[in-house]
Formats: sequence, C-alpha cells, structure tokens
Amino acid sequence: MISTTVVINALELGCIYSLVALALFLSFRILNIADMTTNGTFTLGCAVSATVALAGHPYLAFPAAMLAGAAAGFVTAALQTKFRIPSILAGIITDTGLYTVNLAVMGFSSNVNLLKKTTLFTQLKPLMGAYYRLVPTALIALAAVGLMVLFLKTRLGLSIRATGDNPDMVRASSINTSFTITVGLCIANACTALSGALLAQYQKSADINLGGGMVIIGLASLIIGEALLPKGKLWVKALGAIVGSIAYRFIIALALRLDLPSECLKLISAVIVALAIGLPAWKQAKGGKAAC
Amino acid sequence: MLKIDNISKTFAPGTVNEKRALSGLSLYLAPGDFVTILGSNGAGKSTLFNAIAGTFLPDSGTITLDGRDVTRMPDYRRSKFIGRMFQDPLKGTAPNMTIEENMALCYLRASQRRSPFSMISKAERREFRDRLAQLGLGLEDRMDSLVGLLSGGQRQALTLLMATLVTPKLLLLDEHTAALDPATAEKVLTLTRQIVAENRITCLMITHNVQSALTLGNRTIMMKDGQIALELTGQRRATITQEELLAAFRHQGLDNDRILFSAQ
Repeated sequence: MISTTVVINALELGCIYSLVALALFLSFRILNIADMTTNGTFTLGCAVSATVALAGHPYLAFPAAMLAGAAAGFVTAALQTKFRIPSILAGIITDTGLYTVNLAVMGFSSNVNLLKKTTLFTQLKPLMGAYYRLVPTALIALAAVGLMVLFLKTRLGLSIRATGDNPDMVRASSINTSFTITVGLCIANACTALSGALLAQYQKSADINLGGGMVIIGLASLIIGEALLPKGKLWVKALGAIVGSIAYRFIIALALRLDLPSECLKLISAVIVALAIGLPAWKQAKGGKAAC
Repeated sequence: MLKIDNISKTFAPGTVNEKRALSGLSLYLAPGDFVTILGSNGAGKSTLFNAIAGTFLPDSGTITLDGRDVTRMPDYRRSKFIGRMFQDPLKGTAPNMTIEENMALCYLRASQRRSPFSMISKAERREFRDRLAQLGLGLEDRMDSLVGLLSGGQRQALTLLMATLVTPKLLLLDEHTAALDPATAEKVLTLTRQIVAENRITCLMITHNVQSALTLGNRTIMMKDGQIALELTGQRRATITQEELLAAFRHQGLDNDRILFSAQ
C-alpha cells in the first residue's frame, strides 16, 4: 500500500516540479518555442539556491536563483532574436554553457551539501509541523499559476500570447517580437530556476546532474495535466501544470512501489511526450491518406 | 495627413531578378481622404503599403504621417497609429485567443499612456460588446469564444473592428474582401464604409473590383510600374463609367485579365 508519507512526498515534489511545467506552458505552449535551456536552468536554480543558502541566506536564495534563471533565458532569447540562431539550437548552446557556469557556482564541485544548514524548510518546521514542506511548496505553486494567468491577461501578456499564436498578425501590429520572446523566455526560465531552488533546499543538496531530462519531465507533466483537465479557459490550462506534475510524481511513486528502477521513468516520459505530441499529427496524416 | 515624397524601391538590385517595384512615387492625402487603388499584379500596390507600414525601408524618398517623418521608423512602432488589413482573414487575428482577448490586445496597444501590465476594465469590456453589436453579426454574445472558431467573414469583420477600435491616423486595406464570398464581401465593405465615415479615418484601399473602387471613398488612383498612372477625383470620378475607365486602362497599357474579369 501507499503510505501517507509517500502521498505527501508526491504532492510536495509535484508542487515543486510544477513550476517547470508552468515554465514550459509559457515557452512551449504559448510562445511555441521548445526551450532546451530548461535542463541547465533547473540545475542553475539548484546551484545558486544551495550556494546562497550555504552562505547563510536561505530566503535570498530564491530571488537570486530566479534572477540567474532569467539571465539564462535572456541569453537564449538574445541568441535567437539578435543572432538568428534557430530556437532549439539557441537553447542547447546556452544549456551547454550553463554546465560550466553551474559547476562554477558550486565552487567547481559537482555537488553542494546543505545538511544541518538553515533552509526555508528548516525555518518553517517549528511553525507547521508535518506539513512544513507541503504548505510552502503548494502556496508557491498556486501563487505562480495565479500570477501567470493574471500576467497573460495584461497588455504584455496578451502580446506574448499573440507572438506564439499568429506571427503574421504580430508582424502587422505594433508588437516587437524580439521583445516579447525575450520577456517570455526570461519569465519561463526564472520559473524553472525557482523550481530548482526549491528542490535544492527541499532535499538539502544540489547536484550538477539534477536538471537532466527536465524538459521532457516538464512536458510530460504538462501533457498529463492537459489530458486530465477539461479543455477551455486559460486558468484551467495553467492549473494543469500543477495537476499534471502531481500526477507524474504519483506515477513515479507507484513505479517505485513496483520495484521499477526510477531510471526507467525517463524512457517512459520520453514515450509519453513523443506520443502525446506526435499522435494528433500522425492521425491527421493517416486520415488524409484514407480520404484520397 | 499622409505625405509620400518621391519614394523608390528596387528589389534584388544588380541581379537578373532586379525588380523596380516603386519608382519615384509621390502621393498626398488630406485628413479624411479615402483613396481606392487599382492596378494589375506587380504594379507596386502592396509594395507601396509595405513601404508605408514599414515592412521594409524605401531606397530613397520620405514618408510623413501627420507631420512626422516616419521613413526610418521601425514597423512595430508605426503600427501604433497605422491600421492594416490583409486579404487573408487568418492573418489579422490570433485563433487561440478569445474575441475579447484579441480586442483587448489591439486596444491596449493602440491606446497610449498605458503600462505593459495594464488590463481592460469592466467599462472597456462593455464598450467592446457595444462595438461588436454594431457589426450585426451576433459576435457580442460570443466574446469568450476562440477566434479560430469564427468564419472567414466574421474574422475579417472583427479585424476591421480591431484596427479601428482606437481610431488610427491611417488605415491600409489590402484587398481585404477578396477572399470572401460575394455576400460576405459586400457586408464587410458596407461595414468598412460605415466605420471609416463615422470616425473620419484617412484610408487607402487596394481593390481589383472596379465598381467598388469608384463607389467607395473620394479618390481613385491607378498604379503601373511602381508609379501612379492615373488619378480620378470629383466630377470625373463620379461620372466615369466602367467602360471608360477600362478604355483609360488600355490607353495607359494598364489592362490585364484580372481587371477585365472583375469589371464584367
């Protein structure tokens, strides 16, 4: 049977990783850019958060990580808009460079340990008892979704949505697409870095390999969320990031119960994403042939 | 209002594909002028619009809008006060955003004094609803529908409304009814006439339909080889028949199949 601890852990991790899914909701679903910076940015968030917390500033760690993430997003956006590098390649270039940056942030060590150090969670423990990790992570995830939905209804948010939705329209209207893409990628990567920052303090360590496969995990979560919730309003879609991410963590928990090695999940995630994104087009192509 | 002074544009200069799309064209529009533009394919009509809208910069000449030199201003800044519509109804609206969100985007961008984080108010939402109701298409009850679900004619009517939600200094209509069926095209043209007249918008309209070119607006120009070959205003424009106009076309060497076809 699955114990309460397992359920709470899945909820906590789901809330933390939902920020990655939310970031991809903005970059992939709204801006139509597969942002490969995500893996490196997640690790960057972990590294900055751990290093700053180690220096005795567990709260400052979060804005610092977000700022670092936004900077990474800015680099990818600049490569794409100023130097006309295709978006996927731009992300991979930044991601590759970030590997060294991340090592440097951790003092050229492949991990940082926060055992017995003060973190956001150790500070909250006396206040919240058993839920000292669930309450803050859930609140942060919900606040992020709320802010994202509000932002997407502002002038800038609407412009970012139009940039991904109809480039022809945008070219003919007063929208500077370089600017909207840059803002979108900065926000998305700040969000991803926040996720990494939370995880580092949650598990009291940062590791250079934490971000591996994060794009696919985030996309899988996002797609699971879309499948579970009814189609329709924007806030429902954004909420799907949290729902999908929690569902994904439950699937992992179940798999671990079945003694499946957790490494297998990356392959399963990859298959889920490939099928979910590929199936509609494949069906369409097949339908088109049948009609001929 | 709009002053185009001796602009020229050559594409692919120095190659075998060299094409002189605009050659020393000048055009002056008074406030409230509604000019219709005729001309065969390749005459430079759309190139003229692209130059005005800033899609590319002319090789020489100047463009002044409302006393301000906009020749070198980037297109996204120009389009704050220039509204533009294309033939393709899919080009003017974002399909995965609702009618209200599309309108909000245009409104928030076109009206000045707003921060990037501004949103529309309840009062503005009501105003959008009233404006939609004036189209007479029943869209006012579907403000939360995605625009991708609308028909081509509905989308084009919505684009027209969006382009004029905040009255632009200049409205460019590039064959905006050509892709619609005749009845819908007529409806959108009627709306165009109504909205342009009500707001006294200065407007340029490209069309291949000789009759609408002569009945809409107050001036008609014909383009050939990147220049204005013929201009009709006042009495002469009011009395000229389609046959006479076609004769003038032929005289100018302007005739082509598409124009003849539209006139019949």
